[in-house]
Amino acid sequence: MSLRTEEMVLNMGPQHPSTHGVLRLELVLEGEVVQDVKPHIGYLHRCFEKHAEAMTYPQVVPYTDRMDYLASMYNNFGYVEGIEKLMGIEVPERVQYIRVIMGELQRIASHLVALGTFGLDLGAFTPFLYLFRDREKILTLFEETCGARLLYNYMWVGGVSHDLHPDFLRKTREFVDYFRPTIKELNDLLTFNKIFIERTANIGICPPKEAINLGLSGPNLRGSGVKFDLRKNDPYSIYDKFDFEIPVGEGLVGTVGDCWDRYYVKILELEQSLRIIEQAIEQIPDGDVSSAIPRRVKPPKGHIYHRVEAPKGELGYFIVSDGTLNPARVKVRAPSFVSLSAIGHIAKGYLIADVVAILGSLDIVLGEIDR
Amino acid sequence: MKNPEEILEILKNQYPDFGIEIDSELPTEPIIVVDPLKINIVGEFLRDNEELQFDSLMNLSGVDDNNSEKVTDEDGNVTTQGGTFSVYYHLHSTILNHKITLKASTNRENPEVESVDGVWKASTWHEREAYDMYGIKFLNHPDLRRILLPEDWDGFPLRKDYENPEFYDGMKIPY
Amino acid sequence: MQDYISEITGSDLIAFIAGTVPPLAFMVVFTLFAVWLERKVSAHMQDRLGPMRVGYHGALQTLADFLKLLQKEDIVAAAADRPLFNIAPYLVFVGTFLAYAMLPFTSIYIGSSADVGIFFILAVSGFVVAGLLMAGWGSNNKYSLYGAMRSAAQIVSYEIPTALVVLTMLMFYGTMSLGEISLQQTDMMWNWGILGGPLTGIAKFLIIPFIFVAFILLFISSLAETNRTPFDLPESESELVAGFSTEYSGVKFAMFFLAEFANMFLVSAVLVVFFFGGYQSPFGYLGNLFGIEWLVPIEQTFWFIIKGLFFVFVQMWLRWTLPRVRVDQLMTICWKYLIPYAFINLLIVGLILLI
Repeated sequence: MSLRTEEMVLNMGPQHPSTHGVLRLELVLEGEVVQDVKPHIGYLHRCFEKHAEAMTYPQVVPYTDRMDYLASMYNNFGYVEGIEKLMGIEVPERVQYIRVIMGELQRIASHLVALGTFGLDLGAFTPFLYLFRDREKILTLFEETCGARLLYNYMWVGGVSHDLHPDFLRKTREFVDYFRPTIKELNDLLTFNKIFIERTANIGICPPKEAINLGLSGPNLRGSGVKFDLRKNDPYSIYDKFDFEIPVGEGLVGTVGDCWDRYYVKILELEQSLRIIEQAIEQIPDGDVSSAIPRRVKPPKGHIYHRVEAPKGELGYFIVSDGTLNPARVKVRAPSFVSLSAIGHIAKGYLIADVVAILGSLDIVLGEIDR
Repeated sequence: MKNPEEILEILKNQYPDFGIEIDSELPTEPIIVVDPLKINIVGEFLRDNEELQFDSLMNLSGVDDNNSEKVTDEDGNVTTQGGTFSVYYHLHSTILNHKITLKASTNRENPEVESVDGVWKASTWHEREAYDMYGIKFLNHPDLRRILLPEDWDGFPLRKDYENPEFYDGMKIPY
Repeated sequence: MQDYISEITGSDLIAFIAGTVPPLAFMVVFTLFAVWLERKVSAHMQDRLGPMRVGYHGALQTLADFLKLLQKEDIVAAAADRPLFNIAPYLVFVGTFLAYAMLPFTSIYIGSSADVGIFFILAVSGFVVAGLLMAGWGSNNKYSLYGAMRSAAQIVSYEIPTALVVLTMLMFYGTMSLGEISLQQTDMMWNWGILGGPLTGIAKFLIIPFIFVAFILLFISSLAETNRTPFDLPESESELVAGFSTEYSGVKFAMFFLAEFANMFLVSAVLVVFFFGGYQSPFGYLGNLFGIEWLVPIEQTFWFIIKGLFFVFVQMWLRWTLPRVRVDQLMTICWKYLIPYAFINLLIVGLILLI
């Protein structure tokens, strides 16, 4: 006589301490084993794309901030560079260097949140607070430059809004010196902790071919062993002037492409970002940051797809212009949107506690999924 | 590394009667125009062919081309006629490091495009979003329903002639 | 001890009160203190300050929280199973409180001088399981049920290593009464359990590593018994909101809380009695030094509480450092690692004691 079992549908509802934002996950379970994960999104939809069609090109920049609110600098970066390419504007070199420094600092800040909340989901409460203490230092640097801690509206078409204040480079150098030993502290506390490894190694494995087909990018793709980074493979801005490496997941503990690899790639990227910042601080020239800002932004008729390596993956802007002051279409290809769609494929066959770990390792933020 | 003209040549040799053309009048890169009902076959060929190997779909987006005409008939009603929706596919190859843009245009009254979900799984949610925002039906899509808006919403917001409905579920919409 | 007081005062009622009220009072006061301690310890470990405003450095914070909890509305979900739902917290609390009767705070005051000591404590801890299951089922909530089932499985499984280690120590001391065990560890630190206990000769040195292993095993099992991280799945906030106590509010929630912290002290006290000399001081008594007789029991209470507090502190320390273990890994640890080690330890200690 066979045991009659039923599949149970469990809802990790829109309000839940560990889904990163308003996300509803419908889990189809058999006992504690997950058969299927169906995400339901749209709770944070703010109609960014429709707004963009009603405003002028520079007015869209603050709206781009609010999509991935943990990495606002990069959202601005992608949009603004796309328009500059469409219009053929050459920005001064100082502006390029400032953008790279801000972008890499933002990458560190975003990764700190990702790593901290990942530990929090698994029950390690303390690294979260240590990492936020370090993130405060970065946010203070940003606040001294442009006045805002989270949503900056800093990068404008053709330049940046404020020049660096005189103390900025010295303080950034101090931050770099301060932050390097803390990475080692984090490794001691969490990364090589046996319990943490038990929870994350061999969980949520995504083989490289499938990762490319699913459209994963950024640390998720590199965690699966694919050495692909837009800063090296498809360089934009002045990233080809810097010397840094691309960390790739190698399955140090467990298999290639599991949650631990995705986590470890982010930690290695922190170190590489510090290298880039150091080189940029050495090489930055003087100049005027607002010389190339046009009075009216009116790109010619055409379209462009420009992508940048945001902290969460490949952030792409598809801008269609019809020659007027307002864009005809701005489509944002958000990295978390594609990462979340992959969770149905990655999380089959694991336990509920593992779904939380997988979701944390994919590093999503609902602001850019729903836009 | 191939540029769009060479890719066009390869495609034309493979599928001479699909009517594949290139559109290079815009200042940015040329794009390849494909018939919307044949896009999945072309996509699979692009992914599997050794010279091309487009294994990654970067982006799939619907665009309202805004090229319809307003027609006023005898009663004074204004309707839109003609016009197209386009779906743009941005592909790139991680192995050979080249990019291409495809475009499939379909009419406004009954927009239908073949789904490329069988070729690149990354397209599943992008196609759902294009359906949600424009009403473009993707044939053979495994799960075509609204993604960002509530399931019972009326209308397709990103169309240029979209107006907000008066009520939704008993709530008045214009604030 | 109750007989002693009823002899002195000639009244059974006063003896009864004198036997019951102090442990209860201690439980409540200890919980108030321990919650504040946990918040301060966690805060300082996380590079922040913790409660600072209510009272001196937040000392009255717990009192404020409990007063707030007490005056909250007692919500019972409409579809909940009322009898089960209402009784569950009290059952959990009673289980822990009963066990306090066997703790030897001093040499002359023990709640009950029954001979079964530790056996009684282990048996009565089973109430907790029943209470948790009732709480989970009676809440009529999928999450609570999951939490309760996990918790029941966890506690029942980890009682086995606990029992095995306790058996080892019973072989070692030869008696089940906790008061007797503390008495055997008199006279300076040298006779404490962890350093070989009241044995003499070569056996004392041989047995030290195995006693140490027994101590580690008992410590880990007791972490699991009290649902503390890394074994705090039943109350894992990030997965199941609050586990089995999701639906509780007000007094009943306070009961669960009280029971959890009291349980923490209980297992620390058992550890202390077995391995660290119970209420014995590590270097003699000031009372004996100055010839003041009645000072000695007070000092013993002091030492007992201090040692118990130290282990409570270690438990809190671990909670804020380590991540959480998954359900099946928790069971693996228990059945595949702790139980075999406990068995082997038992055998070896038995062999050494025969010598």
